[in-house]
Amino acid sequence: MIHVENLSKHFGEVNAIQEIDFTVNDGEILGFLGPNGAGKTTTLRIITTFLTPSGGRVTVDDLDVAEHSAEIRKRIGYLPELNPLYDEMLVYEQLRFVAESRNIVGRWFTEALHRVIDVCGIKEVIHRPVGELSKGYRQRVGLAMAIIHDPDILILDEPSAGLDPNQIVEIRELIKQLGREKTVIMSSHILQEVQEVADRMVILNNGQVVADGTTAELMAGFEGKASLNLDVKSASEASVTGLTRKFTDIKVRENSLHDGHGHLLLEYSTGHDLREQIFHYAVESGWIILEMSRTQAKLEDLFRKLTIENGGPHA
Amino acid sequence: MPDSLQLQWRHVGLIFRKELAAYFNSTVAYITLVVFLAITGWFFSSSFFIINESDLRILFGVAPIIFLFFIPAITMGLVAREKSGGTMELLVTLPLADWEIVVGKFLAAVTLIAVALGFTLFHFLTLLGVATNIDIGAIIAGYLGLLLVGGVYAAAGVFCSSLSSNQITAFILSFLIVFVFFMLDKMLMFMPGFMTAFIQYISIEYHLGNISRGVIDSRNLVYFGSMIGLFLLLAIRVLEMRKWR
Repeated sequence: MIHVENLSKHFGEVNAIQEIDFTVNDGEILGFLGPNGAGKTTTLRIITTFLTPSGGRVTVDDLDVAEHSAEIRKRIGYLPELNPLYDEMLVYEQLRFVAESRNIVGRWFTEALHRVIDVCGIKEVIHRPVGELSKGYRQRVGLAMAIIHDPDILILDEPSAGLDPNQIVEIRELIKQLGREKTVIMSSHILQEVQEVADRMVILNNGQVVADGTTAELMAGFEGKASLNLDVKSASEASVTGLTRKFTDIKVRENSLHDGHGHLLLEYSTGHDLREQIFHYAVESGWIILEMSRTQAKLEDLFRKLTIENGGPHA
Repeated sequence: MPDSLQLQWRHVGLIFRKELAAYFNSTVAYITLVVFLAITGWFFSSSFFIINESDLRILFGVAPIIFLFFIPAITMGLVAREKSGGTMELLVTLPLADWEIVVGKFLAAVTLIAVALGFTLFHFLTLLGVATNIDIGAIIAGYLGLLLVGGVYAAAGVFCSSLSSNQITAFILSFLIVFVFFMLDKMLMFMPGFMTAFIQYISIEYHLGNISRGVIDSRNLVYFGSMIGLFLLLAIRVLEMRKWR
C-alpha cells in the first residue's frame, strides 16, 4: 500500500507538485494520468526515493520514504521515463548488474534470469549489446530490470512512450499480466491506455490531483453534453424554433434545413435523456425522421475539461 | 554487523568492476594509457643516457605533471556520464549507498592509474639492464608516492565529475583543483610568512618529495589519506544533494 499525503515539491521558484493526496491499494494497477509537465514524474521520483519531498510525506507499506530509503528501494521495482540502460553492456550483463546490486547472485540469479526472460520475452536478445536493441526491446529489458527481484510494487514511468503501435499493445499486455500479482503505478499521458490497463486512475494537472477514481466513478460525477444527430424531412423552421422553446435545455448547434429537408445537430446535458420527448415532438410536428443518432460525452471530454478548462496549459 | 558490511563491499566491488569494464571496453583506457606512456617514455629516454645516473628521478619528476591532465581525463566521465545518460536514476534507486558508488568508481580510476604506472616498469627494466648501484628502495618509494598522488587527483576528479553532467566541465574543474594543489609548493615564496607552514602542509609536492626521498613517514601517509577522504566525502555529499535540488 502506498500513501501519498499532502505531498509538495518545488524546484526553486517552480512548484512541480502541490499538496497532492492519493492512495494505491495492494494488488491494484493505478493509472497516473496527466498532460506533460503535470508533475507525474516528480511524484514517482519521490516515491522511488530519487527525490526528497519539499513537504508532506509518502509511505510505502507504512514506511516513510524519507527515513527508510534503502528498505523501500529493495521493495520497489522502478522503470524511469528515460529507460536507464548501459549501452556498452550485453543484456545479460545489464540484468546481472541490477541483480547483484540486490544481492541476487549464483543460483538465485539463474532462477531470476530465467523468470524475467520468460515474462518479458527477451530470450533472443540476451547476448546482444544493449546499445543495438530496438526501442521495444530496450523497454522490455528495462521492465526485466525492474522485476528481477520479483518486487511487490512496480513503478513504471511512461512505459509505452516512443513505441510503435504493436509494441504498445505488447507492453500493455505485459503490464496487465504483471498487475495480476503486483501493485503497479503506471504513468501515461494517453487516456485510452490507462483506461485499458488500470483499475483506477489519478489525474494530475499543474501539480494537483484533479480526479481520482474508476472510469465509472469519474463519469458519474461529470455533467457533460450529449449531442443528437437528426436527418429529417418536412420540418419547418417554425417547428425547429418551437422545439427549443418547448425544451429550453436543447440547443441547436447546426441547422442545414433546406425546404424542411436536411440535418440538425441538437445538444443537451447528459443528466437526462431527451430522445423520447424529441421523437414525440417530431411526430406531432409532422417531421419524417430518416436518421437519429446520439453521441455521449466521453472520458476524453472529461480529461480535456479537467486538464484544459480548469486552468490547464493556458493558466 | 559483519554481514551487512560484507554486502556493502560487495556493492563497491560491483561498481568497481562495472567501471573497469567500461574503461577497457571503450577506447578511453587505451588512448590515455598510450599517451601517458608516450610522454613519460620520451622524457625518460631523451635524458637517460645524458645524465648518467642510475635512478628514475626524471620519471618521478615528470609523472605528477602528466597526471594533471591524465587523471582528470580518466575521471571526468565517472559520474558525469551517468548523469547525462540518465543511468544515475537507476544507480541511486537501486539499493546501493552513495558511498559505495563513489568509492567503487574511485577505486576503478586508481586501478587504471596503477596499470599506467605498471607499464612504466619497462623504464625500470631498462635501468636494470644498463645501470649499476640501483637504489631499489628509493624506486619503490617513488612509485608509492606517485600512486598516492594519483589517488588524491582521482578523488578530486570523482568529486568534480559529480558536480556536473558535462564531462568537459568536469575535466576543466578537476584540472584546476589539482593544478592549484600542485602549484602551492612552488608559490611558497610569495606567501606571507605565517602561512608558509600551513601552505606547505597542504601542498602535494611537499609530501611527495618526502616519500620520494625514501622517507615514508606516517604524517605524509595521513596527509594523502585525508585528502582522498575529503574529496570522496565531498563527492558523496554532492550526490546526496540531488535529492534536495
